[in-house]
Amino acid sequence: MTEMKVLFFLFVLSALAALIGVYLYRVIRGPTVFDRVLGLNGISTKAIILLVVIGTVYGRVDMFVDISTGYALLNLVAALAIAKYLEERGSA
Amino acid sequence: MSLVGIGFILVGLFFVLVAAIGVVRLPDVYTRSHAVGLTDSVGAFFLLLGLALYQGLSTNLVKILVVLVLLYLLNPVITHATVRAALRSGLKPWSKEKP
Repeated sequence: MTEMKVLFFLFVLSALAALIGVYLYRVIRGPTVFDRVLGLNGISTKAIILLVVIGTVYGRVDMFVDISTGYALLNLVAALAIAKYLEERGSA
Repeated sequence: MSLVGIGFILVGLFFVLVAAIGVVRLPDVYTRSHAVGLTDSVGAFFLLLGLALYQGLSTNLVKILVVLVLLYLLNPVITHATVRAALRSGLKPWSKEKP
C-alpha cells in the first residue's frame, strides 16, 4: 500500500470518528428515549464500517470482518430487545 | 479496481455526512428515522461496496459483501422497530403549529 492510500484511509477513519461524535450529541441531548436508541444504532453502524477500514489499513481484513459481523448481530439483538421493552412498557 | 473502490468510498462518505446532518437538524423521532434508516443505509452500502472492491478478487471481498447484506437488512429493521415502539407508546408526530 502506497503512502497516498494510507493517507486516504486515515482521512476516512477520522471522518467516520467525527461523525460518531455528531451522533453522540443526539444520544446525550435527545428529548425522548427513542432518539437515544436511534443515535446508538447510527453509532454502531459507523463502528462496523470503522472496523473494516482499520482492517484495510493494517492489511488484516480477514480478521476484522469477522469482528464486525459479530458486532452487527449483537447490535440487532440489543436494539430489538430495547425497542420491544419500550413498546410493551407503554408511556413514552 | 481499487480506483473504482475509492470512488465508491467517497460517494458513501457524502451520504453518511448527509445522514449525520439530518440527525442533528431534523425536529422529531419520526423525521430523524429517515436520516438514520434510509440515508445511513445507503451510505454504509456504498462505503462497504467500495472497501470490498478495493480488496480485489479474494475471499475478503465475499466476506465484506456478507457484512454489507447483513447491515442493509438489519438497519431498516431496527429503525422500524424503534419507530413502531414510539408510535405505540403514544408519541405525537411533530407538526408546524404548536398545540
